[in-house]
Amino acid sequence: MAIESDILVVGGGLAGLTSAIAAAHEGADVRLVSYKQSTLRNASGLVDLLGYTPDGDGPLPDPYEAMGDLPEEHPYRTVGVDTVREAMGLFDEVTQYEGGHTDTNALLPTHGGTVKPTARYPSGAAAGLASDDRDMLLVGFESMTDFDAPHAAAHLDAVGAPFDVRGVTVQFPGGLRADAKVTRYAKLLDTNRDVTVRGRTRPIREALAARVNPLIEDEARVGFPAVLGDDRPAEIRADLGQQMGADVFEVPMGPPSLPGLRLEDALFEALDESGASFETGNPVVKYEGDGTLERVFLEKNGARIPLSADQYVLATGGLVGKGIDSDRERVTEPVFDCHVPHPSDRYDWFDTDVFGDHPFAAFGVATDEELRPLDGGGEPEFDNLRAAGGVLGGYDYAAEKSGSGVSIATGYAAGLHAAAEAQ
Amino acid sequence: MSDAEESPSTFDPAAPNTGEEVEPVDVFPDSDDFDLRPGSDSCYKCATCDTNCPVAEVDDEFPGPKFQGPEQWRLKQSDDSYTVDDSVMSCSNCMRCDNACPSGVPLSQMHNTARGEYVSKQMDKLSVEYVRNRILANYRTSAFFASKVPRLANAAMNFGPARWLMEKTLGVTKEREFPEFASETFREWWAARGGADASRHNARESRERRGEPTESDKKVAYFHGCYSNYNTPEVGKAMVRVYEHFGYEVVAPEQRCSGTPMFANGMLSDAKRHAKVNVASMADLVEQGYDAIASCTSCSMALRQEYPELFDIDGIEDVASNTFESVEYLRIHEDLTGAVREAEVSGDLAEEFAYHAPCHARNQGLDRQAVELFRDLDGAGIEDVGESCSGISGTYGWKEEKYEKSMAIGEEMFEHMAHADGEVGMTECPTCAMQMEHGSGYEICHPLELLEAALVE
Repeated sequence: MAIESDILVVGGGLAGLTSAIAAAHEGADVRLVSYKQSTLRNASGLVDLLGYTPDGDGPLPDPYEAMGDLPEEHPYRTVGVDTVREAMGLFDEVTQYEGGHTDTNALLPTHGGTVKPTARYPSGAAAGLASDDRDMLLVGFESMTDFDAPHAAAHLDAVGAPFDVRGVTVQFPGGLRADAKVTRYAKLLDTNRDVTVRGRTRPIREALAARVNPLIEDEARVGFPAVLGDDRPAEIRADLGQQMGADVFEVPMGPPSLPGLRLEDALFEALDESGASFETGNPVVKYEGDGTLERVFLEKNGARIPLSADQYVLATGGLVGKGIDSDRERVTEPVFDCHVPHPSDRYDWFDTDVFGDHPFAAFGVATDEELRPLDGGGEPEFDNLRAAGGVLGGYDYAAEKSGSGVSIATGYAAGLHAAAEAQ
Repeated sequence: MSDAEESPSTFDPAAPNTGEEVEPVDVFPDSDDFDLRPGSDSCYKCATCDTNCPVAEVDDEFPGPKFQGPEQWRLKQSDDSYTVDDSVMSCSNCMRCDNACPSGVPLSQMHNTARGEYVSKQMDKLSVEYVRNRILANYRTSAFFASKVPRLANAAMNFGPARWLMEKTLGVTKEREFPEFASETFREWWAARGGADASRHNARESRERRGEPTESDKKVAYFHGCYSNYNTPEVGKAMVRVYEHFGYEVVAPEQRCSGTPMFANGMLSDAKRHAKVNVASMADLVEQGYDAIASCTSCSMALRQEYPELFDIDGIEDVASNTFESVEYLRIHEDLTGAVREAEVSGDLAEEFAYHAPCHARNQGLDRQAVELFRDLDGAGIEDVGESCSGISGTYGWKEEKYEKSMAIGEEMFEHMAHADGEVGMTECPTCAMQMEHGSGYEICHPLELLEAALVE
């Protein structure tokens, strides 16, 4: 026997989750397995479609318009612009994200003070849009060195933001340790616990607003680093905003990231509601089948757990997520050993310029139009395996700002193809 | 290594960089029993582990898993006089950080090792804290004596003035109710019922009824653990009956404590002593074709992961790779989903259950198992009460100085339980069950009990 399902998705990031949800919405019996927790908790929580062309032109106003001009091997070309739109529709349906009202990229300030083109953003970041001309106050916390508010403000000013922006740094009330965990700030604000500041005890949200209030001049919006709650971010923002007489927003931060965590939670909740099964914590280490995948094995400290399905989706991520691996000889896809096209001389894998055009950034499996990974001869590796997200080759998500969009679009397409094939 | 040498890929996602192929570097004189090295070089300080730590979330003083493991290693490497930070005693050994690390750093193994060194080298053996921790960690010993006189023990342990005295002298919180001792232990019941012979007989009958061959290798060795032996034998009985129902012959070999409370208190030599007994009796059976089955998720975690990580005992690898959680094993080998879908429950267990997944189930990938299995069961409902840790973490919540923290961690779970439809709780972990009961007043059961009600007539 084995644990059985119609579709087995390997990988629990954006691509895996989207493909599992899409397939489950089609009525398939879906199981998702993920080795580790999703790397979404390392992500900003912003969802980019396409911010720059592969040549570096941009920021692009309309990502959909630019997709037609992408190289043929780009995953957006494989699935087509209409599928990208449908996939984003599914994403909008299962999350509370904003930005879906327009095709145009939104411009959002980052914690470094740059402005980033993005297609969807959490509602917590909405009041921070760079296209909004209301004046802005950025508030940093002394102990959170990842966000230097005066520096970010100066940077925003220098890139020509159409509003006045100032940055101030305050001590987070309550005297947290200097290297307090981000979850510690979030939990305090979620529970609105009492803290004591100079002999006066009051709820943390009130204490924080009281500390920031004297620093607000006439700014209509105030941005904090993204630590404003895990379970109740909207309530916290509303509460702070009311006491400060301004709109409150979060500036997305580096890892570990609460907006990324919240997105992960929202997607797993959607997956649960779709009726799919899932588990994390154990890797797929082995498969059986030649031409057609029959079953795979999860490893738990030496024990092998057999899982079988009719259709499989590979969504294990790229080089960073360890869905693509390399040694000095070759570049590999470690779960199913799918072919990864790459130059045989490893000195051709990279550029000598640090910020140059690195071939390795686009390493990944090549697929047919149904997203089936192809072997060296251009034939599908397995007739019932599809790939989605970072494990795909042909695009450079970091340069293009296209990582989330490719994951969502190809995850969606792979999920639909798998559901259509599953008996 | 030079470019010219052969270097076939050694990537194996099953065994992240835990250092099996790393030559241990002799940095400490006794690096045999304290080496934080394996895996620490893979930590790139993303701090994802810290987002999973239930203690760091409520306790500002706790520096989190990244510090306890890889950073302590770095500090130790650069400073010979560096001693293990006492904050390691605030780690509750929930092991959630393991599941978070994108680089496969064996965080909980490092914490266990660091805690072991702290306790053996830095803790005053005459201190009240040490004595208290040792008593708590050796729950099996206390339970063994208490079970001889269960009624007396039940009365004495929850006698107000005695509890006050225990808090004052030993630092065991008086806030908690001691678990009740059963009037008949699981092993007493097992022996009276006829032991392995009776089980073989029952299994054969089931196989006949199921139309399976009478001769079969369907046989399992039950690791019942202390709690289902002394406190909740109904869980052990349910395990036996459910397995026999599917045609499995059950044996209940000699066993000691799995060691979980000892790991959590840094009592590694106590844990090793018990582990040796457990491995010895399980290894023989595994060799004869038995699989080891545990109904407590901390017990299965210990046998599967902590033993091979911490101890070098003959046969441990075989035992670890043949150990399974009780429901998980049936999901793999039987059509459990189908059986549950056709079943229905009535009577006492026809309920809405508020289910909490223990951290140690989470780490084995079992956190969704009960919810997904029972959602198709007629007559019962099940609702996951969220991903927060229950907060008790075995002996952790029993310590006077940790009690408040333990309740703060559990608060989210209590809240979810209050909002859930059901007023009966469900979990695989005995101490999570204590905490659920303590915080909500609900009665708590084990998934095996519901399985028994659904499948066994």
